[in-house]
Amino acid sequence: MHVSTDIWIWIAAALTLCIYSFLYKDNPFYKFAEHLLVGVSAGYFFVIYFWNLIVPNLLTPVKNGFVTLFTGGGLTGDLAALVPGILGLIILTRLIPKIAWMSRWAIGFYFGAFQGIAITGYMQAFILAQIYGTFVTAANPVFSLTLFGNFFGDPGWARFVLATSGPLMIVGVICTLTYFFFSTEHKGVVGGVARVGIVFLMIGFGASFGYTVMARVSLLIGRLTFLLRDWLGIIS
Amino acid sequence: MNIIEKFLHIDRRYIFILVAVGVIVPLLFPLGLAVTTSPPVENVYNEIESLEPGTPVLVSVDYDPSTQPELSPMTTAILRHCFARDLPVIITVLHPGGPGLALEISDRISKEAGAVYGEDYVFLGYKVGSSAVILSIGQDFRVSFPADYFNTPIDKIPLMKDIKNYNDIGLVVTLSGSTFPDMWVAYGHERYGQKVAAGVTAVMAADYYPFLQTGQLVGLLGGLKGAAEYEKLIERPDEGLKGMDAQTIVHLLIVVFIVLGNVAYILGQRAKRREA
Repeated sequence: MHVSTDIWIWIAAALTLCIYSFLYKDNPFYKFAEHLLVGVSAGYFFVIYFWNLIVPNLLTPVKNGFVTLFTGGGLTGDLAALVPGILGLIILTRLIPKIAWMSRWAIGFYFGAFQGIAITGYMQAFILAQIYGTFVTAANPVFSLTLFGNFFGDPGWARFVLATSGPLMIVGVICTLTYFFFSTEHKGVVGGVARVGIVFLMIGFGASFGYTVMARVSLLIGRLTFLLRDWLGIIS
Repeated sequence: MNIIEKFLHIDRRYIFILVAVGVIVPLLFPLGLAVTTSPPVENVYNEIESLEPGTPVLVSVDYDPSTQPELSPMTTAILRHCFARDLPVIITVLHPGGPGLALEISDRISKEAGAVYGEDYVFLGYKVGSSAVILSIGQDFRVSFPADYFNTPIDKIPLMKDIKNYNDIGLVVTLSGSTFPDMWVAYGHERYGQKVAAGVTAVMAADYYPFLQTGQLVGLLGGLKGAAEYEKLIERPDEGLKGMDAQTIVHLLIVVFIVLGNVAYILGQRAKRREA
């Protein structure tokens, strides 16, 4: 056992214990650590964004632009940085009710620009490619009579899974989409298909929940490893 | 109050204690439970194995300390694999909380592997505007990264002299605790045809399996298990594999809790109906 002599390790360990003390009940130590985290995070992100966004993209080009202008070099493209800079400042008019409407210009510009960038990429990546991938994959056709032929020719668990997983996925997609089709009452055939869709949804939620448990336990493992190894030196 | 009602109203702090014990005991006394590898992780490994030595790999460290326990073991394993295969690594960061983590890991692993900064790897640092950065790399790294993290102009770095854009990159690996893989797929893969692999937190893993089906991701590392599998593949056990014993024990505990809770609930409902 080699207890750390690093003051920062002790501070981190103390803050970790403060946060975990909430599991017993809410208390001032937890509140202190929580508020410290929020404050430090806000300060950290402000500094990061200032030096990585405001300085290189606004202050430096504007300064260079004015220096060039006043030394006889004329107008340069650097001063174009003033346009997004002013739009950014206009967003702050939301704090003044009388002229808050001006902020809509900046927000409208931002939305328009982002939609322009996002629509084509996201449409292709998340809609078209996914629809295509529901029926066709690079490895095997999703629905293949050959795969069923292979299974019936030489029955086995692996061949059964290979042959049926594709059709099962198609059925799952159609049934789940039917569940979210609200223009028709979920009765009769539509109701039955929608209920099958619910089963697929539940299986999906179960998989997500299992992964979520794993994620949360991983965080606990990470913190306890820190306490046992870096702080107390009990494990290597 | 009978035993079933007592069980249904058990103080949750007893469960916290059991979970803590379930994690601490395997950390103190490792069980060495077997870890098997899965195709999504093997695909990332095989993709890196298939690259010719000297082919650059872009590793994007897109996470912050809140997801470090899951993603840092992946980053470590990927860097070890690249250095062992003699693949130059370009490290970028798209999350403002990531530069410190990326710097610490790249320093540690490069020293361990004897990799030389500027020749075997380069750290370009953090850049704001993730979508725009990913798109700009398709034109030229120099648009978003005129200099590296230490303000050395990119053209003065030997590794970067002949690297212009995605055409010179063999693989992009994004390690992310949020939606950055979406952007790499939408812009890096769909716009420029760049091969992309992802390492994500377990919470996100289920959402990214459809991208494997379509080939938009060449492979996927999901959570600490993904890191453990990769460590097994490169035969370098580290934090991922060490955490798997605790993961298994706690998962078993939770399965037991769910089963007991449901049994007690059903029995309690039956008892209430009988009383009524």
